[in-house]
Amino acid sequence: MKTVNELQTKILVDNLNFYYGNFHALKNVSLEIYKNHVTALIGPSGCGKSTFLRTLNRMNDLIEGVRVEGSIKIDDRDIYVKDVDVVDLRKQIGMVFQRPNPFPKSIYDNIAYGPRIHGTKKRADLDQIVEESLRASALWDEVRDRLHESAMGLSGGQQQRLCIARALAVKPEILLMDEPASALDPIATGRIEELIDILRENYTIVIVTHSMQQAARVSDYTAFFLMGEIIEFDETGVIFERPADQRTEDYITGRFG
Amino acid sequence: MNKSTKIEMNEVIGFGLLRLAMVIVVAILGVILFDIVTKGYGVISWEFLTSAPRNRMTEGGIFPAIVGTIYVTFITAFLAIPIGISAAIYLSEYAKQGRLTRIIRLAIRNLSGVPSIVYGLFGVALFVENLNFGYSLLSAGMTLGLMTLPVVITASEEALKTVPKSHREGALALGATRWQAIKGNVLPSALPGMMTGAILGLSRAAGETAPILFTGVAFFLPFLPDNVMSQFMALPYHLYVMSTQHHSILQVRPLAYGTALVLITLVLTMNLLAIIIRYRFRKRFKQV
Repeated sequence: MKTVNELQTKILVDNLNFYYGNFHALKNVSLEIYKNHVTALIGPSGCGKSTFLRTLNRMNDLIEGVRVEGSIKIDDRDIYVKDVDVVDLRKQIGMVFQRPNPFPKSIYDNIAYGPRIHGTKKRADLDQIVEESLRASALWDEVRDRLHESAMGLSGGQQQRLCIARALAVKPEILLMDEPASALDPIATGRIEELIDILRENYTIVIVTHSMQQAARVSDYTAFFLMGEIIEFDETGVIFERPADQRTEDYITGRFG
Repeated sequence: MNKSTKIEMNEVIGFGLLRLAMVIVVAILGVILFDIVTKGYGVISWEFLTSAPRNRMTEGGIFPAIVGTIYVTFITAFLAIPIGISAAIYLSEYAKQGRLTRIIRLAIRNLSGVPSIVYGLFGVALFVENLNFGYSLLSAGMTLGLMTLPVVITASEEALKTVPKSHREGALALGATRWQAIKGNVLPSALPGMMTGAILGLSRAAGETAPILFTGVAFFLPFLPDNVMSQFMALPYHLYVMSTQHHSILQVRPLAYGTALVLITLVLTMNLLAIIIRYRFRKRFKQV
């Protein structure tokens, strides 16, 4: 584990409040997410961890009747001020969803989708990005001979790694993962976790997970959410071995949730 | 009788009634088709399909009516498909969902229930008179287009709804704009469903008489329309004329059946096309 003074803050969340209509979904959430580390968000269903994840790339903007207060700064830039370009923001922040959601296109076109909409047209450049991204997501060897076949023919685990590759193709700095392995079998889950371990070298990763073991295995830092609040945030080892708050301990030892 | 045999009896009777209802529907369709095919088959010939009516419409073919129906259906398509699909995209992808969109949807549903003769009269007032398109292919096609619009909008909205939310989110999360997500991900998936709905709407329009009655269809024209301002003959109206308005109805009865057979074949072919598109679309999406 690196020492504290080496840490660089990538995302700084300050007193964030989030409302769905009248429902107060996130309450005074403050959190620092460190560069090139994996931060896990854990907590029982409905605690706000996915909502929080989706405030980081403003995916919640798509829902009508939501309201955000407080600030989220990425590299010292507030992403909720008026003149922020959401398209640029989402380019900088990749997202992987709970269920693999490849587009009904070829494997190649799935990966090339992002670069294409952002203006990369040359075949050679696209070829290179596709290969790099698939290598980075540890999928290249499995699909190199069928790049132009439909992505829907891949297994669930392969589809999820394809979705990771698709996110990487846009060259983000941050990767948000919303329970990326919850729809996968144990072997595919293991692959995703190995992949996360490699990706932390180059990316800042925030992962929502229902599995405590997964949080313990893959993350450097863990935040425990309960009823829209962060109860405790610390190094993963501390959270799992000697949590400061009784509620954290209760959750981790399986007394509720 | 104990309780379980009573339940079984009820099941048998219930399903029997449902099956009977289905048999009745199929039987009616079967009888109509059988009647038209057997009585109309005899007059179908290359000449019937490719020549104009002759000798005060007691001889010859129905070529101008076939061409007229095809032309007017194209004009209908040109109006109804782009406007209908655009409106559906706006309504379901862009418009803020609320009371206003609910009222608009309700209005659209109601429009599809308006009797076709009312569209016909509206077409006279708007296209023939006010816009001065006169009694023409254009007026008739646009009137049919208006009538088809609600069908296209409703079908297109349904097709858009079948595209999983995850496809939109996946694209947006990669930094796509809303329009890029719609154009690149949503529309390609929704298009077959939209086309199915549009074709079904058009096939209904192709068989309509009332909306074209006052707006452009002619009793008899030995030549083809040469531009959109011309009058035209059309299969449904020709059928109406041959069945009820002709001076020697009994003599031309076989020709009327022949016309009906051609019209029904045309409409069923369009419906078949819609079914094929829908089937291929389903197959493609089964894996999702």
